[in-house]
Amino acid sequence: MADPEIKSYELHHESQSAAVTESRPVKAVLMAIALAFLAVFLLLPLIVVFHEALAKGIGAYTEALSSPDTRSAIRLTLLVAAISVPLNVIFGISAAWAIAKFEFKGKAFLTTLIDLPFSVSPVISGLVYVLLFGAQGLLGAWLKAHGIVILFAVPGIVLATIFVTFPFVARELIPLMQEQGNGDEEAALSLGASGWQAFWYVTLPNVKWGLLYGVLLCNARAMGEFGAVSVVSGHIRGLTNTMPLHVEILYNEYNAVGAFAVASLLAGLALVTLVLKTLLEMRYGAEIAATRGH
Amino acid sequence: MEVRVVNVRKEFERFPALHDVSLDIRSGELIALLGPSGSGKTTLLRLIAGLERPTKGAIFFGDEDASQKSIQERNVGFVFQHYALFRHMTVADNIGFGLKVRHGARPSGQEIRRRALELLDLVQLSGLEKRYPAQLSGGQRQRVALARAMAIEPKVLLLDEPFGALDAQVRRELRRWLREIHDRTGHTTVFVTHDQEEALELADRVVVMSQGRIEQVGTADDIYDTPNSPFVYSFIGESSSLPVKVENGEVWIADRPIGLSAPHAPSGEAVLYFRPHDVDLLDGCSGCIAGTVAASRRVAGTRRVELEVGGERQRVEIELPVDHPAAQKSRVAFRPRRWKLFPAA
Repeated sequence: MADPEIKSYELHHESQSAAVTESRPVKAVLMAIALAFLAVFLLLPLIVVFHEALAKGIGAYTEALSSPDTRSAIRLTLLVAAISVPLNVIFGISAAWAIAKFEFKGKAFLTTLIDLPFSVSPVISGLVYVLLFGAQGLLGAWLKAHGIVILFAVPGIVLATIFVTFPFVARELIPLMQEQGNGDEEAALSLGASGWQAFWYVTLPNVKWGLLYGVLLCNARAMGEFGAVSVVSGHIRGLTNTMPLHVEILYNEYNAVGAFAVASLLAGLALVTLVLKTLLEMRYGAEIAATRGH
Repeated sequence: MEVRVVNVRKEFERFPALHDVSLDIRSGELIALLGPSGSGKTTLLRLIAGLERPTKGAIFFGDEDASQKSIQERNVGFVFQHYALFRHMTVADNIGFGLKVRHGARPSGQEIRRRALELLDLVQLSGLEKRYPAQLSGGQRQRVALARAMAIEPKVLLLDEPFGALDAQVRRELRRWLREIHDRTGHTTVFVTHDQEEALELADRVVVMSQGRIEQVGTADDIYDTPNSPFVYSFIGESSSLPVKVENGEVWIADRPIGLSAPHAPSGEAVLYFRPHDVDLLDGCSGCIAGTVAASRRVAGTRRVELEVGGERQRVEIELPVDHPAAQKSRVAFRPRRWKLFPAA
């Protein structure tokens, strides 16, 4: 499960005072421990992924990626992300807006509820949908009577993905909007802007970097989610297999090259996300810091 | 534009922030809402703007009932204490924002820019149009905020603690500057402040507020020279007070008359208010307030002497010239020159 804490934008390094600077050997040991951990737990697996994927040459690699089932899994993953990310952007902005700008009963409860997907095992998230929409489930009979298929089909996968990823955008925006308060919006309204104009010209630009951040993380998770999706997908090849599920199937069939080829795409996605995130911080660090406060 | 506030009451979650407030603001006037925090002055300003809706009562702009109008329809210029400039827009875009979002007859981009530069010139910031708010000083930001508010040709200008976040030097400068701008443009202007010096110096009339009520409305002279309540007396300027008794139109402290006559005051307990600097020192005491010097402090150009008066050792402060011989004595007698009696609370 991903770490729910989204890193702060802090870019300024505190100048080190002599009193808190450790001696050379201590520094060296600390750095060595940190680097060793990174190497063993992050870098090594990453190298293995790409190494295994290319073990039988570039030809086998591209062939593995162009098999119909793999291509269908890639298509499905992109489709799921394309649906769930925009929906969660809408949800995240609405929830953050409501929580940051209004006072209402049950606000604390809503805030806690948004965090639920982080605290619940993804498998449970998937299971909830089985209990709800499955043949023996609460709505199962009704759905069947109306010919609506949710479970073991794309709608179920989308629902499970939305559930698992819905905190990302909201969690990023809530503290940002709370800190910024209502002043800018009130100023816009007093200048004659409609509610929509105030949102479009003032609120959205004020939170754009935070929003982009949230979208990036949300997207990475939507494409990479395994547990919840695994429960509701049914693992039908070429139909309801997303990339992470497809990796598992291929691996279980001892198709190492295929499994690692698809895995390398996911790892690539992670790297791209990381690079974009870093670029965002480098390019717009000052602005991000500025929107965080005055 | 003339603004009338008629019997307005405002509650937040059943907690009353304003009780039955009425106020007439004349066209072209520069008026200050002055009071301690929690007095309801900002609430009143936000009600006039339309940022809040009154629980009861109405607000008129001219003859028009504005209370049911939204803030957009009211066409007011609002300047926030913390500027609320749009940080991702340049100074010129900030000032032009109100024109850009205007419904109906929206001016062209060129026209908006021309207006923005014109206003920038008015607030003496020409040449800074391409800057972002983060690149401006506090005083400059507040000028931009005012220019932005004036761009929509508002019926009324409302300023919420406009200089509250600035340091003393800049405050004084901007105060004079705001007066000039007001005299030049003639906007009806209401500003909120907790700084009495600012209110008394800048405003044509001052509205003194306390605990959700208007205590007194008047010119700086009215407010300072003839305060109409103990609150105004003690809130505006320095004041001293003593519990006294009125008998047959004479003012007494303990068992001695102090030489002040109040023929119209009802007999009984009362409180005497006066300004510490507005007293006559006396040598002999027949009909005066006499006290033992308890403490003496030098405050800028004067000396403040704290006296213990009467059997109950009531403390009272008076102000003396620095080199006055009375400051060296252990007993001082005086009589207030200007004073007022209020019924004992």
